[in-house]
Amino acid sequence: MSIIDSAKNAAQGLVQGALGKLVPLAPDSWIPGGLPDPLIARKHGLIGTPVSRLDGPLKVQGAARFSAEVAPAGMVYVALAYATIPRGRIATLDTQAAEAAPGVVRVMTHRNAPRMKPPAVFGSSPTAAGPSDLPILQDDRIHWNGQPIAAVIAETQEQADHARSLIHVTYEAGPSTTSFAGAKANGAQIGRFMGQPLRNEIGDAEAELAGAAHRVDHTYRTPRHSHNAIEPHAATIVWEGDMLTIHDTTQMVTAEARTIADVFDLKPEQVRVISPYVGGGFGGKGLWDHQIIGAAAAKLVGRPVRITLSREGVYRVIGGRTLSEQRVAIGATADGHFKAIIHTGTAAMTPHNAMPEPFIFATRSGYAADSFKLSVETVKMNMLANTFMRAPGEAIGTFALESAIDELAAELGMDPIALRIRNEPDKDPISGLPFSSRHIVEAWRSGAQRFGWDQRAPEPGTRREGEWLIGMGCATGTYPYHRMPGAAARITLTRDAKAIVEIAAHEMGMGTSTTTAMVAGERLGLPLDRIEIRYGDSIIPGAIMAGGSQQTAAIGAAVIAAHNALVAELLKLAGNESPLAGLSVDEVGSEGGALVRLDDPACRETYQSILARAQRDTVAAAEQASMPVEAMHWSMHSYSAIFCEVRVSAITGETRVSRILGAFDCGRILNPQTARSQFRGGIIMGLGMALMEETLFDERNGRVMNANLSEYHLPVHLDIPEIDVMWTDIADPHTPMGAHGIGEIGITGVAAAVANAVYNATGKRIRDLPITLDKLL
Amino acid sequence: MTPFRFARAADTADALRLAAGPASAYLGGGTNLVDLMRETVATPGSLVDVTGLSNTVSPTESGGLLIGAALRNTALAEHPAVRARYPVLSRAILAGASAQIRNMATVGGNLLQRTRCAYFYDAEGARCNKRAPGSGCDALEGFSRYHAILGASPACVATQPSDMCVALAALGAIVHVQGAGGARTLPFTELHRLPGDTPEIDTVLAPGDLITAIELPPLPFATNSAYRKVRDRASYAFALVSVAAALEVEDGRVRDVRIAFGGVAHKPWRALTAEAALRGGPADGPAFHAAAAAELADAQPLRDNGFKIELVKRTLVAVLGDLGGAVA
Repeated sequence: MSIIDSAKNAAQGLVQGALGKLVPLAPDSWIPGGLPDPLIARKHGLIGTPVSRLDGPLKVQGAARFSAEVAPAGMVYVALAYATIPRGRIATLDTQAAEAAPGVVRVMTHRNAPRMKPPAVFGSSPTAAGPSDLPILQDDRIHWNGQPIAAVIAETQEQADHARSLIHVTYEAGPSTTSFAGAKANGAQIGRFMGQPLRNEIGDAEAELAGAAHRVDHTYRTPRHSHNAIEPHAATIVWEGDMLTIHDTTQMVTAEARTIADVFDLKPEQVRVISPYVGGGFGGKGLWDHQIIGAAAAKLVGRPVRITLSREGVYRVIGGRTLSEQRVAIGATADGHFKAIIHTGTAAMTPHNAMPEPFIFATRSGYAADSFKLSVETVKMNMLANTFMRAPGEAIGTFALESAIDELAAELGMDPIALRIRNEPDKDPISGLPFSSRHIVEAWRSGAQRFGWDQRAPEPGTRREGEWLIGMGCATGTYPYHRMPGAAARITLTRDAKAIVEIAAHEMGMGTSTTTAMVAGERLGLPLDRIEIRYGDSIIPGAIMAGGSQQTAAIGAAVIAAHNALVAELLKLAGNESPLAGLSVDEVGSEGGALVRLDDPACRETYQSILARAQRDTVAAAEQASMPVEAMHWSMHSYSAIFCEVRVSAITGETRVSRILGAFDCGRILNPQTARSQFRGGIIMGLGMALMEETLFDERNGRVMNANLSEYHLPVHLDIPEIDVMWTDIADPHTPMGAHGIGEIGITGVAAAVANAVYNATGKRIRDLPITLDKLL
Repeated sequence: MTPFRFARAADTADALRLAAGPASAYLGGGTNLVDLMRETVATPGSLVDVTGLSNTVSPTESGGLLIGAALRNTALAEHPAVRARYPVLSRAILAGASAQIRNMATVGGNLLQRTRCAYFYDAEGARCNKRAPGSGCDALEGFSRYHAILGASPACVATQPSDMCVALAALGAIVHVQGAGGARTLPFTELHRLPGDTPEIDTVLAPGDLITAIELPPLPFATNSAYRKVRDRASYAFALVSVAAALEVEDGRVRDVRIAFGGVAHKPWRALTAEAALRGGPADGPAFHAAAAAELADAQPLRDNGFKIELVKRTLVAVLGDLGGAVA
């Protein structure tokens, strides 16, 4: 090679290197024929590399200030007293001894609480966040066993707790429904989720089932689960005049602020909810009675209030996952083709909330079949309002569906993975939409190889080491891609080449702020240490709920919109003296703290230079994310193939999970380090659901009898084996960054994989969770 | 929590003097009592901290061990003489609670921990004869997975939750007590009571009595002893059932045996019927099964715990099988 050629190649290399780093602006919506996010093609940046949480050092030093650590001057503390009957009225309520106890400032009951409107129930409007539409401390009526009936306000938490025990109350019981059987006898209604009926029928599934060569038809039961985030719910609340500030631990700052404003008859701008750190959410950290009681207490006594729920309080006031009874029937031909899938059943809810536990969602798009009959019916019980809990619907729905598929595979004598692949749909079987990105078969194949699925004994109960029966099981997990409307972002560039990205989003420990900084850095062409993310504050424009595994997509689209607006603003500021003069936003990209002409990377100007010439310290742009029209064009989901090995004692029936692998197909993984934790955390929660979690709801009076972490069993370290996770890392061309949500997928499929492994180990099929040893004796 | 007075005892006499008044309670590690006070199930007017009293382990003249009641559970479990000569005790302690709790809990306090019945703990929302005599028992027809199958009464179906106590029952330990009338000893198996009509009374101790020590008598064959605990998760859960056993086999026959069950009764359940059935007989599976069946002949299941009858039988047979070598 000549020297000239070498020089030429080197120059080309420089140009290509620059092009490789240069990131064009992203499209701000995803429609058929549109372009994918250019970050998908960029393989050399931060995305896809493991990045430690930016707030990690603060958290390990104890320097991250959570809502129960905010301490305004003059603050008082609250302890709640709870009802002990499921329905009726307070007959007598004697607070005299409590009022007289040391340190007590006031005891607030329905008799002296400020007048407040009932909160708008979640789902009734885009900004509604109420747990139910029940009034809070406004009358003497009792609606559930555990309802707050009084709030002791005292100088210390200990004084409040003591005085709380001095309250004497008697009740006049009313008629109540506290048993599932009783609720079913009262009649069921079709469930409605976000206004839509939970019912789908294609063809005559019952007839197809009856005529099928092979069929399974069983009932599966799942119990109540209570939320147990490591951080109990807590809020520190301050009124300044008629301005209300709530330092909270919440997944929805914006909707919570709006709903509370309405409760107190305030304008939206009079309520600010701040939530920089959330010690675990999982669907349980929304608006519940305690924030409203805390705000009312602060108003009543004219002092700042800290309201922290005890662990018992979390069980009494914060709803969890409701119980369900699900029928799954599948009819198939001899070679395993599904003729019919029937998934119907019943979930309990209350007369005052709107959460029907949509357990058919996974079945809607899971498998191809000639006919479908899907429905969720609801019955009403007098109990604490049930709510969202990690993968609401899918977590328990996949237990039933994926157990039934395993049962059918056994019936057919087929490998359960082969049966699933045999019925892989080429489009969404209910909606008819194409899938945006579905590579579950690849996840199955790569996972099976890594796990050693070929070691599984096809005959159940045939592998044994000493007293331990060994079995393997698998299941598909799935959770939909969501991107809710209303997200927005504001980006401010400063003269010292720093970008501040503001989003009304939430950091619950999963690494959202870190991932957001990584993505924003890539788009802006700035290193991570030049990006500051501000979030968790209702005064930031837009609304981004940390729910439905949608936060990353919602933030992603909002940051794209704001970035595009920012670049337009920068080009305007750049003016005629800039090398970029006359260029439009689609002709430039970002790289190295500069805007760069796409077809001539030498033509560039730094942000600092643009701002300096314009004599500006900052330039900012705020923009709303586009409407999520991608979900109208594609069926969009995350997927997993879960593999599990269990050991079951032939003597005691104790089940120990010895190995578990999750092979995920969730679009592009942005930060493998935090993603791995999300997947593993979900799998641990799934193992708890499979083996031990159950809220003991006494059906005689609707009282939760294990309202503590000693008797409500979550997995401990010894219950959890090494958890292996892997992923396809195939970007979805129809989403921001090519990513899918990963917060909820981890729990789905796990309970079925365990149940199927238990069957393989023992030959016993457990259809009601949790799989406790008595069921295997 | 209700306000209370607090004093630290310098010695046994001091402890008795400080606790002389009504509504006094001795405080060990506080791992159960403080919980009960938080729930207002226990409302002592004064607490006497006895963690400064004897915590030594010393040999007795007869060749056993005398264990100071203030010794922490962890220290007892890790004591070389206990590990070598009474492994069942070491294993039982380590099967209980968590490392943090065992580091706090004292030997004396462990003996006097109260039932974990959920209805007993729910002072506001449930009826319980143990907590409020005569109020009724909500556990009888309620959640009863952790409740008794042996020795219960219509007044109370609660179980004693300790693991350590099951081993002590099997080993035939002796309790040293200091009371108003001076020092005395009693067999460990007589310390706890069955509920009868007075389930509010857990033990035979009189008000003001202080447990000062536990004595382990010499039991050479206890070197061949084991504790097996069956529970709803791998750690940090109370026993559904547990078995403590020591076995001496000679020429294929049971020369001596000690058995106690946990999680099945209002007290650690010394299985004297099973022991008698086994002693002198063959050390084999059929004999173990027969002994287990004999011990459980009078078992009475509740709504949720019928499985425990089979479970404790199987567990006993497995433990004896392990201790007897391959004979099972």
